[in-house]
Amino acid sequence: MSSAMPVGTRPAQSKAVSKSPTSSQHRSGAVDTTKALHTIALFVRNAPGVLVRVAMVFSRRGYNIESLVVSPGARSGFSRMTVTCSGDPSILEQMIKQLTKLVDVVHALDHTTSDRFETEIALVKIRCDGESRREVLEIAKHFNARVVDYAAESVILRVFGGSDKLDAMITLLDEDRIVELVRSGKIVMARALEVT
Amino acid sequence: MSYFRIQYDHSRNPLRFSEHRPAHPPGHIEMDEMEAELPTGAEKLIQCLEREGVEYIFGYSGGAAMPLFDALVDSEIKLILVRHEQGASHMADGYARASGKPGVVLVTSGPGATNVVTGLLTSHMDSVPVIVLTGQTVTSMLGKDGFQEADVTGITYGVVKHSYLVKDAADIPRTTREAFHIATTGRPGPVLLDLPKDVTQGPCDAPFVDEIDLPGYSVPSNGDPQAISEAAEILNASRRPVLYVGHGAVISDAGKAVVRLAEKLRAPIVNTLLGKGAADETHPLHLGMLGMHGTAYANKAVDACDCIMAIGARWDDRITSKLDEFCLDAAKIHIDIDPSEFGKMVEPDVAITGDARLVLDELIPQIQPADTKEWLEQCDTWRQRYPLKYAKQGGLRAQHVLDRLNALTEGQAIIATDVGQHQMWAAQFCLSTTNRHWISSGGAGTMGFGFPAALGAQFACPDKKVWAVVGDGGFQMTQAELATSQIHKLPTKCLIINNNYLGMVRQWQELFFENRLSGVDLVGNPDFVKLAQAYGVKALRIRRPSDVDRILAEAHAYDEGPCIVVAEVVKEDNVFPMIPSGAPLSAMIIEKPKGPLAKPTGST
Repeated sequence: MSSAMPVGTRPAQSKAVSKSPTSSQHRSGAVDTTKALHTIALFVRNAPGVLVRVAMVFSRRGYNIESLVVSPGARSGFSRMTVTCSGDPSILEQMIKQLTKLVDVVHALDHTTSDRFETEIALVKIRCDGESRREVLEIAKHFNARVVDYAAESVILRVFGGSDKLDAMITLLDEDRIVELVRSGKIVMARALEVT
Repeated sequence: MSYFRIQYDHSRNPLRFSEHRPAHPPGHIEMDEMEAELPTGAEKLIQCLEREGVEYIFGYSGGAAMPLFDALVDSEIKLILVRHEQGASHMADGYARASGKPGVVLVTSGPGATNVVTGLLTSHMDSVPVIVLTGQTVTSMLGKDGFQEADVTGITYGVVKHSYLVKDAADIPRTTREAFHIATTGRPGPVLLDLPKDVTQGPCDAPFVDEIDLPGYSVPSNGDPQAISEAAEILNASRRPVLYVGHGAVISDAGKAVVRLAEKLRAPIVNTLLGKGAADETHPLHLGMLGMHGTAYANKAVDACDCIMAIGARWDDRITSKLDEFCLDAAKIHIDIDPSEFGKMVEPDVAITGDARLVLDELIPQIQPADTKEWLEQCDTWRQRYPLKYAKQGGLRAQHVLDRLNALTEGQAIIATDVGQHQMWAAQFCLSTTNRHWISSGGAGTMGFGFPAALGAQFACPDKKVWAVVGDGGFQMTQAELATSQIHKLPTKCLIINNNYLGMVRQWQELFFENRLSGVDLVGNPDFVKLAQAYGVKALRIRRPSDVDRILAEAHAYDEGPCIVVAEVVKEDNVFPMIPSGAPLSAMIIEKPKGPLAKPTGST
């Protein structure tokens, strides 16, 4: 599978994740990779309460939602949800069945290991002055991050790519210098004509 | 009142409920009989219910629901005014279980709605089609802590199959059609419609809807032929098969097919508490109820089988007890209309998604008689060796009363139970022969269910004999419905098994908690005969074993109104057999143990 992926993206499978610099020491802001993460994509009717119903399936079974992206679908009246979650893997299949069972859920698919493209975007506000700014910009350059706000004592970087890439950059930037961090959460799409 | 759909001009034609409605709006044209009025949202909703064939609404009025109650004045639908909203929800549930048709509840906002949450859980756990209509504050006040406002859809998410907050009257026809479709198809369940007062009070010019457009909702029917063939192969090769029948078989009316399958395969049948009635429990191949308080022979058969097929049953913890030791060497086949049940508790060798009756109809032609002669003999040996029994001396016993009730009713009466010891004894001794003649709260174990559920069943089946079997504890939770039964002269009989205890919990405390009784003594019970009489309800009392047949027969013959029979039974008696929660089936206790037992590891 990795051979089919373009350079610069790394699948967030457990193997790949374990190689990321965050695997040994978890830092806030970076996704906690000590827990196995599952990626579930849902196609839902854009009906009131659908988000609560979906969230309740996770919470009732002790799952923690690490990130959640909801956006309009290609068909009007329908939405996309991409959920990254952690919890007991032995009940993942049961949980997906319970999601599928919801009247407003058209389908729910596990994309943890499927052949897919995934990406995430992050905005990072870093406190820096002339001295430390250079190092921050070095790091930004390495990760293809763009400076979107340049102020006297801070910069805002925008970076996108695989979640592990974002993790790595955030770790290098150092928690103490990061003033604010906003991550979009991962979005995925199945490759070729497979259904997401 | 007739509603002609004509061009509607909002500027000219004020709302029906406007106090300042002019006698003749400006520009008014005489239209003789053609009144240019649109129905209100409430009237439209009630018309939708009429189109769905609703006969009864079980309800309790209140401010936010007033437009709906007003619309009922001109409707054919009969409103049954209960005495507590919980009673309404259980009545609708009993109506649905007895008839197979959806039961409808109408209550007001806030506390009216929260009082039906227990009923929703009961219906949800047992897959019963119930439509609950709740009044709600006006849309402009939603979320502002208006008087009697509660976030009812929010509170009930976990106990409904689906729900709607209807914010636009134009959505009423579509929403109502969807609600009935969702409640009654697939695995049935309760659906709630929260109806703000401005929506029901305002005009509704939306047409009726027949088409269903729910892309996220599909209803399985026939099973996968490949899976059915695999199941047939396993069954045909089995030597010790068991057919394990649940509520799904009742709902799909698969009982006769189950019996045909059992006879063709030569396999014994067991059923769950809620599976009672699907397959005739008096059939020679039927071993009765399995599970925590099932018959010893049913449980021994399940423990020793080499193949078990679940037909509309969900391997509940009352059935499997210790999952790690449940039917380890047996092949497992699972038929269920809800695929989320596959692998939830037990990983099946073959899973068949579909309607139980349709799947069995396809399966039976592929069945050959299995080599089960020895197995059936073994089951009969167990049946002879471990019969259900009770002490004939030492006072009046619930088992004796229920055994005689069974002899009197012979499966021809609907029996609705409450929850507790009496429920288990009724399940053991009152054998069900007819589908939908057994009504009990299984999954939720809701005390207070039995009496109102029996009344609901009586509304559904006015010509049938209906008996409620309740305990003194549960009866007091919904006893106010005595008034409802009396007003409608329902010929429902209610047998109160009165031991002045919460008997099942007391039994656990005796067996597992060194008899340290806590919170089980119902000292202060009323005289139930006098209580019933205060409502004008006929009431009889059984004190001695020799009274049982005479009193039961008198109550059974009385059809002019409700009748309460109070059986004053011995205070301390235990339900056996019993599989302690969390223990394997092999740890079944058949008689009262000599010494204390270890605390159960399972939940309850």
